[in-house]
Amino acid sequence: MTARVAVITFPGSNCDADLRHAVGLFGMQAVAVWHKDSTLPAVDAVLLPGGFSYGDYLRCGAIARFSPVMVDVVRFAGRGGPVLGVCNGFQILTECGLVPGVLLRNSGLTFQCRDVNLRVEGKPTPFTGGLVGATLRLPIAHAEGNWFADAETLARVEGEGQVIFRYLGNPNGSVHDIAGVSNSAGNVVGLMPHPERYVEADVGGTDGAGVFRSLSASCFGALPLKAPGATA
Amino acid sequence: MNPGNEQDTITDEMVQKHGLSPEEYQRLLGVLGREPTFVELGVFSVMWSEHCSYKSSRIHLGRLPTTGPRVLIGPGENAGVVDLGDGLAACFKMESHNHPSYIEPYQGAATGVGGILRDVFTMGARPVALMDSLRFGRLDHPKTRGLVRGVVAGIAGYGNCMGVPTVAGETRFDRSYDGNCLVNAFCCGIVASDRIFLGTTGAPGNKVFYVGAGTGRDGIHGATMASTEFGEGSEEKRPTVQVGDPFQEKLLLEACLELMQGTAIVGIQDMGAAGLTSSSVEMAGRGGRGLLLRLDLVPMRETGMVPYELLLSESQERMLIVIEPGREQEVFDVFRKWDLSVAEIGEVTDDGVWRCTWHGEEVAAIPVAVLTDSAPKYDRPQQAPAALPGLPEIVDPDPVGRLPAMLADPDISDKQWIWRQYDHQVGTDTVVGPGADAALVRIKGTRKYLAYVCDSNGRHVVLDPFVGTAGQVAECARNLACVGATPVGLSDCMNFGNPRKPEIMWQFARSVDGMAEACRALGVPVISGNVSLYNETDGVGILPTPGLAMVGLYEGPPPRVAGRFPRGGLTVALLGGVGRSLGGSVYARQFGFDRHGSPPLVDYAAEVALHDALRALIGAGAVEVAHDLSDGGLLVALAECCMEGVGGIFNVGGDAGALYGEDHGRALIAFAPEHAVQVRALTEGVSFRELGHTGGDVLRLADTHGYAVAELQAVWRNSFPEWLNAGAVATLATA
Repeated sequence: MTARVAVITFPGSNCDADLRHAVGLFGMQAVAVWHKDSTLPAVDAVLLPGGFSYGDYLRCGAIARFSPVMVDVVRFAGRGGPVLGVCNGFQILTECGLVPGVLLRNSGLTFQCRDVNLRVEGKPTPFTGGLVGATLRLPIAHAEGNWFADAETLARVEGEGQVIFRYLGNPNGSVHDIAGVSNSAGNVVGLMPHPERYVEADVGGTDGAGVFRSLSASCFGALPLKAPGATA
Repeated sequence: MNPGNEQDTITDEMVQKHGLSPEEYQRLLGVLGREPTFVELGVFSVMWSEHCSYKSSRIHLGRLPTTGPRVLIGPGENAGVVDLGDGLAACFKMESHNHPSYIEPYQGAATGVGGILRDVFTMGARPVALMDSLRFGRLDHPKTRGLVRGVVAGIAGYGNCMGVPTVAGETRFDRSYDGNCLVNAFCCGIVASDRIFLGTTGAPGNKVFYVGAGTGRDGIHGATMASTEFGEGSEEKRPTVQVGDPFQEKLLLEACLELMQGTAIVGIQDMGAAGLTSSSVEMAGRGGRGLLLRLDLVPMRETGMVPYELLLSESQERMLIVIEPGREQEVFDVFRKWDLSVAEIGEVTDDGVWRCTWHGEEVAAIPVAVLTDSAPKYDRPQQAPAALPGLPEIVDPDPVGRLPAMLADPDISDKQWIWRQYDHQVGTDTVVGPGADAALVRIKGTRKYLAYVCDSNGRHVVLDPFVGTAGQVAECARNLACVGATPVGLSDCMNFGNPRKPEIMWQFARSVDGMAEACRALGVPVISGNVSLYNETDGVGILPTPGLAMVGLYEGPPPRVAGRFPRGGLTVALLGGVGRSLGGSVYARQFGFDRHGSPPLVDYAAEVALHDALRALIGAGAVEVAHDLSDGGLLVALAECCMEGVGGIFNVGGDAGALYGEDHGRALIAFAPEHAVQVRALTEGVSFRELGHTGGDVLRLADTHGYAVAELQAVWRNSFPEWLNAGAVATLATA
């Protein structure tokens, strides 16, 4: 049986096709989901892509969190379903409150597209199963990736092992060099770098492959989660 | 304002303000057979502007080779199309947005990117790559830093949001651009070769739809503004610059491509320069039909707009679509899904007249042929300018020692500060990105890769427009060969001064002829392009700058070739002979001799042999590095190869011509010693000279000089951002 992975397309998403391509390379079936859909189809995981949902107007991710499908995504996450937000997807997750913190303008004030080195750490998640301790080289492409949280939240995130990716060489001024965090349960992860961009040797490298292998393994390790809205 | 439905009296002043000469107005009266209404005067002013009518350049552009076995669509449509085989085609074009970018750098550059993207997806192609060719004035000119920051931010703001990677580009500086920066944007898309869409009307009775963003008052008379020189008070022209909304355009792109999956569309045309007027007239002209537009039905984003404004607005992110009757619901469904404006505003007619009404009253009625075919066409006088002085002998006791200064030169130094602000990876197909000889982008699901390069060299062209332009064509093709690709087509963006000056017109004509000769010799058709004249301020023109963008095709397993030395132990060789031509070179400019001498000549036979050899070497996997020699010649190219940190020992010395001459037809290669025999066999017939070996972290030259690679890297990497940041400090200090 093939794992089914939803990739949500918001108006202005532009890494949705890249995520679907990567999912397909690792033997999973990508399911394109439109943001206006009122329910999620039956899937094993949900991915929120990078891009400029609603043109980043008002604040990155601030409008997309009100898309109809997000009601079901929040329910899916609440039942322990794996959810990954990349770049703008991460920004949307913070706006929904599914992961802690906010993403500010880069300290250098400009959009930055370049490779960064990351260390995978923290609690086990469906996306980093076998990767903890590894160093990855992945690209960033953002203007608002400077993760920030108040002191209390930061202490909790650090203390509970919710820092999942940490920059080795901070590109945007994020507090504690944080590049990606999870919720307290560990099933929802957001990160600024793009693992889907480095999954093939001829296009940048393969350091992103582990994220998709982990997802594939975790989908098979647990019973597929039914989409809550679809069967209730 | 007068809505235009009365018969105004047109005064001489009104004619002049619309950019028409008295003779052109007489011509208008003759072809129309009556006085125009105020609305019609506005329509003629944009349709007959240099920008829309190519009235000074058309007669020359006909000399360019525009056909070839791969050419599916040549110049004249929104963009050209070349066949890639296996049912795929590449659709591409380069276009200028110079005047708006100087007046309002962020929006000018942003909407330049937006416009070229629309040109490509109008044809049914999904955009897959962007490039930009930029020119700015002297580094110490007070406006330069602000223009660089604004233009780069504008390109980034639009292109990044669209999700189309900016994979290559080039930026150069010269005092002639102090008052006129150049922003040339290129886009390429991929389309199924049997699913290309054109801007036409089909049969009478077909419905005309307006889709995309609402129309506002921005950009009115932009095309006319772009057809004049700048002088004092140019800042007042800011309202003629359009305001971009890349989010709207992203939605428009997806909605158009979704509707194109079906069969509802008969014709589609983007609204670019001269907006609704130009797009509707061009469609009617190609279809050989008339058109009725009910202007009161156009979606508007401001209140109180009148026909004159609706017809001349250059608001962005809008399209005109013609469909067969009965298919209306399909259009409404798709565009409402994407939350875009959509309105049926008119229909195709059989009387050949372009007609506009406002709440039922006719405000313009002009035969289409009058607007499309009767525009003035000028064979403007030409005269060769006074000969430039010869290149004097340059006294330089230690030419090798000049290397750090060459690497710090604004035309040579690293431009990472610019291209890191562009998303160059989205789409996950970028195999070779910015900073290389050419970018290489795969087409998923095939063994095909497209290579992209853009180049223009006003330093060479000003010395001899024919030879300089021919050299640029050769250089572009050579850049493509350095990633293993074969050229399939070229788009040209001709940036020149005031065509009413015979010297400028001579430069233009000679440049076209040089391009034509080189394109024929190298087998590269010109499939699209654009002309930007009047790049002058207070009577001073820019260097003649024919911006070229060339696309190449590579088929096979992923090519494994780099532009920098990846490791030690490689043999390095120079293909194509020792240089000597310093005319128009960066080196000569550093001594103040940048308008002296002659540019390097092009030897087409040697050039073709070199390109074939490079492709054979890369196809066979025999070389690990290939790097073209251009700005700064041999020594700069060699130093650039070391910029990943690997140095070497090289027998390179001699006079300045040998070190820094910008002669064409040359490239550096590096290969493992075990491939030496194969390399020699594949380069038979090409001048071959072994220079030395890679290794270590020092660049050693001719036993006399040694440079720590780290020091050269620092000079090359830091000089551009340091200049920009020094400006930030200075600005703060004076604020």
